[in-house]
Amino acid sequence: MSPVVTMRAVNKRYGPLTVLDRVSLEVARGERIVVCGPSGSGKSTLVSCINGLVDHDEGRIVVDGIEVSRAAGTLPAVRKRVAMVFQQFNLFPHLTALENCTVGPELALGIGKAEARASAMALLERVRIPEQAHKYPAQLSGGQQQRVAIARALAMRPQVMLFDEPTSALDPEMIREVLDVMVELADTGMTMIVVTHEMGFAREVAHRILFMDFGRVLQDAPPERFFAAPATDRAREFLSHILRKDAA
Amino acid sequence: MAAGLAAAASLPRPPPVLARRRFGFAAGLFDTWPNALVTLLLVWLLIRIGIAMWDWAIVRGVWEAETAEQCARTGGMCWAFLADRWRLILFGPYPYAQQWRPALAMVLFALLLGASLAPALWAERRSRLALGIAWPVTIAAIAALLWGGVLGLPAVPSRLWGGLPLTMILASVGVSGAFVLAILLALGRRSDMPVIRAICTGFIEFFRGVPLVALLFLASVLFPYFVPPDWTMDVLLRAQIAFALFFAAYMAEAIRGGLQAIPRGQYAACESLGLTYWQAQRRIILPQALRTVIPSLVNIFIAAFKDTSLVVIISMIDLLGAANASTAEAKWWGLYIEPYLFVALIYLAICAVMSAYSRGLERRLGLGER
Repeated sequence: MSPVVTMRAVNKRYGPLTVLDRVSLEVARGERIVVCGPSGSGKSTLVSCINGLVDHDEGRIVVDGIEVSRAAGTLPAVRKRVAMVFQQFNLFPHLTALENCTVGPELALGIGKAEARASAMALLERVRIPEQAHKYPAQLSGGQQQRVAIARALAMRPQVMLFDEPTSALDPEMIREVLDVMVELADTGMTMIVVTHEMGFAREVAHRILFMDFGRVLQDAPPERFFAAPATDRAREFLSHILRKDAA
Repeated sequence: MAAGLAAAASLPRPPPVLARRRFGFAAGLFDTWPNALVTLLLVWLLIRIGIAMWDWAIVRGVWEAETAEQCARTGGMCWAFLADRWRLILFGPYPYAQQWRPALAMVLFALLLGASLAPALWAERRSRLALGIAWPVTIAAIAALLWGGVLGLPAVPSRLWGGLPLTMILASVGVSGAFVLAILLALGRRSDMPVIRAICTGFIEFFRGVPLVALLFLASVLFPYFVPPDWTMDVLLRAQIAFALFFAAYMAEAIRGGLQAIPRGQYAACESLGLTYWQAQRRIILPQALRTVIPSLVNIFIAAFKDTSLVVIISMIDLLGAANASTAEAKWWGLYIEPYLFVALIYLAICAVMSAYSRGLERRLGLGER
């Protein structure tokens, strides 16, 4: 089966700074990829290029047969297939949880109001906060907000879900509730590309772990191999640092 | 202990709402000797001013008089003048026998505005639809009333319009036109497209940099020189356009401030959901940006409302102009305080209503605020 996301020799520079350096990647349908690496290694840029939030300079990115580019009509088509969850949730503060989940389907997918509401409600149930449907983001805890954000992304009926450090802005006791939802999502067979430092999550659900540094993918391996034998000194260093922090 | 903490942590709790400290009515007025002294002094002053006003307006007020001279006997307020001239002040040069028409038009406008500003009427689809029909119908009715020439109403050309109706027309049409234009200018000034950005910036800087008086003068006196001689345009309409362009420049900058306060993440979220630029602006960005700039927008609305009085320099007789004209007749010559006080109270009342509404709006919209 052809991969749902393909990146070929993708470069991205901000002025003199190279943030993505000849990154190539293939993601099969149903595959779950965890991207990790020190801060500034290009992880967030990598996922942001996949739905065109960031323009890449060179190379090709193809999502479900559509090449990501500035050509008219391409980005809307890509964004219908790829949904994203952000570190800072980025919920719309003037809309209720439910409205946050219906605005995209109604406007971008042209789904009717009643249907959008019904499926948004079902998604809020799935992320276990149906009782918060009519609250505004400011009235929710961080963990609840991020679960609404996941429901909002799922409401777009995507083929691929991108997560950009979904738990980094959360208090420790709220990380678990978000990760639980993500594990459940993984069980449904959703294609996921997750930037995270949660190595427990990576071990549990990832098919492959990408270790990045200096804008390059230094290692691309199944979790068992990655944790048992980090291929580079940087990865070893990173892992010991992260795992020490987790243990503490 | 640890288990208890973990259980407590796993319960989803709403974030705490920070309550403001509540003070009693007289807090800070008498808490120290100097404060008490200042308070007493100010209360004494207020009472003195109140007594003086009462004495001037009521005790020495003159209700029966034919001329300014007769009024001047007591040195009090000349109610007789207001009783004689209030219709001139309110309606300006509009034909006396037809003044019920602008009066009715103002009532209609007030009802329409009052209904549109009621949040309850926006909640339901049916009443929204009714509002959507009521607007064009009422505006057509107002236009028919003022212009006449239909349904047996004698025609009244717009140069005879004046007083409060003229002020309200200039302000409401000018401000609404300016508001729409201002949103486009603010978005344009933040556009990625250099030509659009340059045009919007140039427009804003030009109209903000020219005095309103000069613009009005340009619109009324110089405009005919710039267009072919067979072009005619109503002078009221020209003044109206000048107002709209001038205040659009100010509002655009206020709105731009609101746009700048929107975090980048909001744009990223809109993009990732596949919303188009206009969808994102209409449903996500502008609703947030506009509510943060309500105070400065209301500020500009109020300034615009009062600045309509500048049309007097292009010989239109608005509320203030009519007050000015009301003492022109020989028998009321020399009266100043009464007409100006009268219109000042009208301006004040209308501005107070605007402020009160905006306070209510802020409170209501503040509900889902960060």
